Amino acid sequence: MVPEAEFTSYYGRQIVKPSPWEADIPAYLFSGGLAAGSSLLAAGADLTGRAGLRRVGRLGAISALTFSMVALVHDLGRPERFVNMLRVVKVTSPMSVGTWILSTYGPFAGAAAAAELVELLPPHRRTGLLGLVARLGRPAGLIAGVTAPPVAAYTAVLLADTSTPSWHAAYRELPFVFVGSAAAASGGLGMLASPTREVGPARNLAVGGAVLETIMERRMERSMGITAEPLHTGKAGVLMRAAKSLTIAGAAGSLLAGRSRILAALSGAALLAGSVCTRFGVFEAGQASARDPKYTVVPQRERLEKGEPVRYSG
Amino acid sequence: MTGRNSLFGPVDPAVEAGYHEPPPRKGFFTDTSICIGCKACEVACKEWNEVPDDGFNFLGMSYDNTGSLNADTWRHVAFIEQRKPVDGDGAGSRAPVDLGMPARHSDNGHEVQLPESGADDDKPDFRWLMSSDVCKHCTHAACLDVCPTGSLFRTEFGTVVVQEDICNGCGYCVPACPYGVIERRKGDKATKKNVGIAQKCTLCYDRLDAGQRPACAQACPTESIQFGDLGELRERANKRVAKLHEAGIMDARLYGNDPNDGVGGTGAFFLLLDEPEVYGFPPDPVVTTRDLPHMFNRATTAALALFAGAVISFLGRRP
Repeated sequence: MVPEAEFTSYYGRQIVKPSPWEADIPAYLFSGGLAAGSSLLAAGADLTGRAGLRRVGRLGAISALTFSMVALVHDLGRPERFVNMLRVVKVTSPMSVGTWILSTYGPFAGAAAAAELVELLPPHRRTGLLGLVARLGRPAGLIAGVTAPPVAAYTAVLLADTSTPSWHAAYRELPFVFVGSAAAASGGLGMLASPTREVGPARNLAVGGAVLETIMERRMERSMGITAEPLHTGKAGVLMRAAKSLTIAGAAGSLLAGRSRILAALSGAALLAGSVCTRFGVFEAGQASARDPKYTVVPQRERLEKGEPVRYSG
Repeated sequence: MTGRNSLFGPVDPAVEAGYHEPPPRKGFFTDTSICIGCKACEVACKEWNEVPDDGFNFLGMSYDNTGSLNADTWRHVAFIEQRKPVDGDGAGSRAPVDLGMPARHSDNGHEVQLPESGADDDKPDFRWLMSSDVCKHCTHAACLDVCPTGSLFRTEFGTVVVQEDICNGCGYCVPACPYGVIERRKGDKATKKNVGIAQKCTLCYDRLDAGQRPACAQACPTESIQFGDLGELRERANKRVAKLHEAGIMDARLYGNDPNDGVGGTGAFFLLLDEPEVYGFPPDPVVTTRDLPHMFNRATTAALALFAGAVISFLGRRP
């Protein structure tokens, strides 16, 4: 048993403050990743003649993106001022960078989805403007696919660029965990909703994402020192364990699904649920690490005791 | 405008922010060795800035019923009762120490003498630390770095201020601050002002513009809170620590005065009589932005990995 770290604090009170965010933000982390992965699958499906997978990808992406926008605006203390996000382009702020990433990706995902909806009309109705919308589908979808990966990856920088101990300490591996989770979720959606004969690439992306997420999550915890503790305790611990079980079960089920529609759908659902649990688990762990002064004081005090405070050396 | 030390390391923040020939940087030197815990600073700050009440609580933390800095507390006096003599480890001078407070004069004009030093057994093994905490106005301010609307900005005095009409309450500055200062104000929008947006000490920017001292410095009766040009304050602080060390108070140390530290030094720095964490300060704070370039590198690699993974997923024969 590792002995409990000894440290002093001011009446046991927190030093750094946890973010004031609630479920909106981890929900957005999930849906943003889902949208990004879905746009990638849709673009690939479009280029390889898989119309069913393309439809699931494009409509899944726009649904997830719409939910994302609602969640983000709802989270603001002054939602009516959400437009102020567009006042500046500030590279030192991952939230500003993210705003502009979403503003770039969003319209193209929207245009691709619009084209997909027009495709649902009978051919003789796709005239004039609607015909134009339909034709813009492929280029818009491809641009959405290319601008999607930053959407999935920047959210890790958003969390890590804080003084929240369990988020900041994870900064090296968290982008890979989130990207893997996004791949697993979007692959899962593809498996859940698209025709069996087109599901292959979704399954590949899902399994690849699950493997990446699992490996990088393990590496992440090893590099976090004492701040990995909140990932195993309390609410966050429950969520992270559920995430691991669901993601591994979903990946295994995907590989064994073969032609079974039911098994593919169940695996897809498990992967989606696993991705939700990962995002909420990491979020809760960060919040818990901010509330307990131990995770701020102990690593910093250790540095000082070793004679290695963080100092500028020219 | 951006230079080598834009994110980390010594820099003049006003010049860094683009001001041309700004006035000398202003800040606080809070000498906690002469704080008497009167909380005049808390009251003056609240009155001047119309900061709402932060609850009428009894926290049982010695005389601290405020708790911490937050959206409704921009000056917070901390109280720590310790079973330690005044001179920390007790190895120093046994005589009562003149801590430099303004002298008391009796009715007939004579200065009141300190009590004679008695036997060692009479010495109390107790000391009471008091400290007025405030926003540090960091040289490298994480709150300012992460603000996505440009609401938080650097003033010409080198301080960090929230523009109340721009902040949309995203709350990102709150977890970014390494000292846990700034917070998003909660409450009823109908009765309380600035609910939903980030709030913190402004170093009385409106008073500085008028050539006045911040309200807390103006109110402090012992001049524990000293306001002035930061360079001059740092020199004064160094002399003060040397004087305390001479008197045997070896615990005295400065906190936040080093421009090479993790936040580039702070505009509001302190003389403490114990470790920082005893007062609720982080022992070795670092601005999170220092690691941002590396973070973006990792995220870019991850994004490329996702793209490559998607491409690979489509290779091979169907299905």
